[in-house]
This record gives sequence, C-alpha cells and structure tokens, in this order.
Amino acid sequence: MKLIKDQKNYLIILVIGLLVFPFIVTSVQAEAIPISAPSNLKAYDKPNDGGRNIVLRWDLVAADTILESGFAGDEIYRSEDPNGQFENIGFALKGSGQYEDQSATDGKKYYYYVKAVYANGFAQSKVIGPISSRAQWFNAARLNVLIFTFLICFLVIWYIERAKKGQKLFVRRIAGLDAIDDAVGRATEMGRPILFSFGLSAITDVVAIAALSILGKIAKKSAEYQTKLLVPNYDPIVMTAAQETVKQSYIEAGRPDLYNETNLPFLTSDQFGYAAGVDGIMLREKPGAVFWQGYFYAESLIMSETGHSIGAIQIAGTTAITQLPFFIASCDYTLIGEEMFAASCYLKPEPQMLGSLKGEDTSKAIILAILIIIVIVGTLGVLLLKPLPLINNTFELLQKWFTAQ
Amino acid sequence: MRNQIPLIIVFATGLIIIITFFIPHEPFGSLEQRFLIWYSIVAGFTMLLGLDSLTRYHLVRIRDKMSGWGFSIVLLFGLFLTLGLGFYTWAKYQSPFTLGSPFMYLYTYVIIPLQATMFALLAFFIASAAYRAFRARTSEATLLLIAAVLIMLGRVPLGGWLEKQVIDLLDFIPGVHLTALKSLSIFALINDWIMDIPQTAAKRGIYIGIVLGGIAMSIRIILGIERSYTSGS
Repeated sequence: MKLIKDQKNYLIILVIGLLVFPFIVTSVQAEAIPISAPSNLKAYDKPNDGGRNIVLRWDLVAADTILESGFAGDEIYRSEDPNGQFENIGFALKGSGQYEDQSATDGKKYYYYVKAVYANGFAQSKVIGPISSRAQWFNAARLNVLIFTFLICFLVIWYIERAKKGQKLFVRRIAGLDAIDDAVGRATEMGRPILFSFGLSAITDVVAIAALSILGKIAKKSAEYQTKLLVPNYDPIVMTAAQETVKQSYIEAGRPDLYNETNLPFLTSDQFGYAAGVDGIMLREKPGAVFWQGYFYAESLIMSETGHSIGAIQIAGTTAITQLPFFIASCDYTLIGEEMFAASCYLKPEPQMLGSLKGEDTSKAIILAILIIIVIVGTLGVLLLKPLPLINNTFELLQKWFTAQ
Repeated sequence: MRNQIPLIIVFATGLIIIITFFIPHEPFGSLEQRFLIWYSIVAGFTMLLGLDSLTRYHLVRIRDKMSGWGFSIVLLFGLFLTLGLGFYTWAKYQSPFTLGSPFMYLYTYVIIPLQATMFALLAFFIASAAYRAFRARTSEATLLLIAAVLIMLGRVPLGGWLEKQVIDLLDFIPGVHLTALKSLSIFALINDWIMDIPQTAAKRGIYIGIVLGGIAMSIRIILGIERSYTSGS
C-alpha cells in the first residue's frame, strides 16, 4: 500500500516537474543572457579608398559571445535625417562587430544605428552621425610600396646609366642558358625537331615576355641550323607574339623562307587537353631538344616526363615555385625563378640590360639587409622584453609599416 | 614609327597602372579593372585566331597525309561537334550551360573524364620522376632522398604504425620509458619542421628573387629596353 502511495507521489512530482521545467529553463536563459543594445557605435569614412564606403564598428553585446544564446546578429539602419525614416541597409553576422556600408554617396551626410536581433526581441543602439564618405587621392597604406618602388627604379636606372658609361658588369654563368646552343645542335645532329612550350602562360605574365626572348634566341639558332621548331600554344595572344618573334628571328638569320606558321599552332586553352596535345606531338615528332619556358601548373611533370621518355635534352625555366621540383627531377637544366628574367640580359648583354640586372641584385641585397636587421630587432625584442620594451615596440612598428597594405 | 607606337602604348599603360595602384580616387581607381575588362574582351576575340590556327594546322595535316592524320580528323570532328552543340544549346535553352542540355552532357561525360584521365597520369609520372631524383648518387641527392623519406613517413599512416612498432620493440630496455613518445608522433613533427623551416625558407628566397626579377623586367618593358614582345625589333 505504501509502495503505491510512493509511486503516486513520484508521479505527481514528475508531472509538476515536466510542467515547470520549461519555465525554469526560459527564466534561467532570460536571466543569463539579458537583451542589450550594441554600445560604443562608431562610424568613419573608410581610409585609403575610392569613396562610397563608410565603416561602422561597435562593441559586441554580451549574448554575442555565448553559443546558442538566441542572438542572431545586428541589423544596420541608415538615414539622411536623424529624425526621419531609417532604412535597413544590411546585416552583420554574429561575432563580427563591424559593417561596411558600400552604398554611400560621397559628400552626403548619413546617420546610423545598429539593432541587435534576439530570438525574443530587439535592442537598438544610439543614433550616430552625421558621417560622409569621400575618395582619397593617395593610398597612405601603400607608402611603403611607393618608397620601395622609387628605390628599386632609382637603382635600376642608376646602374643602367653607369653601364652606358662603360662600366663593366659581371654576370655569373647560367648553365641552362649556356646549354641552349648545345641542345639546338644536338637536335640538328639527330635530325629531329625542337619543341618549345610556354606552358599555360598568358601574355599578362611577365614570365611569358621573358620566355619570348629565349624563344627568339632558339629560333635564330634553329634557322641557322635549318632545324624545325615546333611551338604548340595554350594562349592565342601568346601564340601571335611567338609567331612574330620566330618570324623576326628567321629574318635576322637570313632564312625567312624556312618560317612556317603551322609549326606554331594553337592547341587548346584547356590545361590537360594542352598536356595531351603536347605529349602527342612529342611522341609523333620525337624532338631532340625540348624547352619548357613559362608558367606551368600540374601539367609540367606530365609533359616533361614524356620528353624524358623520348630521350630529348630538356631545358626548363619557370617562376612557378611548386613546379620547380618536378622540372629539376625530370629535366637536364632548369632556370630557377629569377634566372628566367635574367635570360634576356644574359642572351643580349647590352649595357642597358646588364645595368637593370645589377640594379635588381642591389635591391635584393638591400632587402636582405633589412630582413636581417628586422630579425635581429625582433629576436632582441622578445629576449629583452622586460628590461627594454622599446626594442619590441620598434619591431612591432617596423612589422606594421612593412606589412601595411 | 611602326616600332615606336607599341612602345609608347606600353609606356603609357604601364605608368597609368602604377599610378592607379597608389591613387584610389576616380578616374584612376577603377582604371585597372577597366583595363582588365578590355583585356578580357580582346582575349575573347583572339580565340578566333586560335580557332583559325588550329583548323588550318589540322587541315594541312589531313591534306598532306602526315603521320597520325587520322587523329586530325577526330580532332576537327570533336571541335565542330562541341561548337555546334554549344550553339544549339544556346539557341534552345538561352544558355549553353543549362544542366541536362546536350552541351553540358558532352562537358560532363566526355570532357571532365578526359581531363581526369590526364590528371591521373600524374601519379605514375611522379613515381618515375621521384625514382630518378632520389637515386643517391651525390651527397645532395642523398639529402633529398632522406628528406623525402621522412616527409613520406610523416604523411602516410604507415609512418605512424612503424613508429609505434619501433617504440614497442624498444620498450624492453630497463629504465627507458618510451610510452610518452607514442603520443608525440615523431615523424609528423619532423615532417612539420622540414615543411615549415627549411622548405619555407628556400621557397621564400626563390620568391623574393622572382618578385624582384619581375619588377626589374617590368621596368625594362615600361622603359622600352626589353622589346622581345615586339619581336625584338
């Protein structure tokens, strides 16, 4: 009998518990996460831009930092009259605390407020304003780039002038460029054609321009030796430039009759379609020398391994860092990064060309010296953080200046 | 004059692009974007040049019955079939990229598998190139081999398994407690160190050279010293 009575009591407690529990949970949630309005709202014209942008920033509400708090985000309202109708112009996601109004009209004054949106209500910030956007005539954040641009330009022009005055400038040997004559000669002796590829370079890539000067040299040699030169292309504009370069080289070599435009065809603008096409040409024509000069992606190894399998001497050159190991593994010579840009100076050692190369090297030395100084300052800043905080502050200042964009 | 005009255009364009980088105010601010749009339009029309070149190249091959001329027929058939289906789909569905259209069928079930097939070949080519590169003939190649083996062990499950087996094997040594090493994943740590320190340092060194080389090259182009793009004339 007592057992039945106890069960009855438990049942009553359970029913009451189930009825009361949702209210307890709601009240706990309501107590823990009160609805509050965004505070400390600030608005300002976005610096260093072309205008039409106003940046809004505010402190996150308490609920913003809590998971599943029922806080959804902030609605942004804008008006040209503080007492007029405000328009909803956007929504800032939870945790952002900022919004960029990209639809402002320069010179027009705006007023803003931010409304925090909760599952069970809203809370609105104070109205701030007036704020207007405007375009800047100079991007101050890029002052560092401007200074370095001037410095590098100055050094390049300075060394060009010195070279013009007759100062002898030394250029180290670049094995890959020295081997061009041997490669063309080898293909001629074997009675096989030469293949040149720009990879997936577009004419907007500086490396394509550098590759054109290498192509010019190869084309001249191939015209002199009467060896067929094949240049399958990925980009029609590069193809046109390549055709002009080869034609000019054949004219300079005194053999314009050997120039055949169909030896420089367009294949496709599809990466792997191009790789398949070049592989097909290599397997059919069996070139004695292959030149991979330009910008390459994943197709680099597919093509250069095929070149290796047909026994061709291969000279590669690219600025694609990720593809360099593949070329080094599969080719006889590889021009690494900047060596490609030095190619035109190396192959045509005129004072102006060599001067620009020297200017580039001096710039590199200056940058290296700056890097070493910053590393030393940064390391000392950490080691002497307590006794000499000035060093760390200097490092942070330098870091901020050099990384500003 | 024929040679001067391209140089003047390049000089003016180069200078304007540099200026737009530092001046966000209109009309400079949007010029770079505008030039890119112009480039896209010009590049779009040059595809016709490409089409002309490709067609003539293969027609010559077929006419002269050159080695593999049969493939040229297949290529021209594929080229004009794709073009035809593209125009047909465009006319029928108002867009060539409508899902379920003949053009997209060709793209999904022919072009994508062909691309994937070519890409898949890369695995075999990597194996053959790696075999040659890792032959320990010189001290540099030996270093490369050691680094590559460590990287591989740090990235494949076999590395972790091997590490555990070795630690279990050495656990019998009295006074040596290697159990703490199990949670360290030594190969993974070595892998991270090689990738983060020597590899990144070398990569950044090359990258700095490339950027400076690119700047010097650009200056040469803008000043008209480098003229290879005008066929060197």
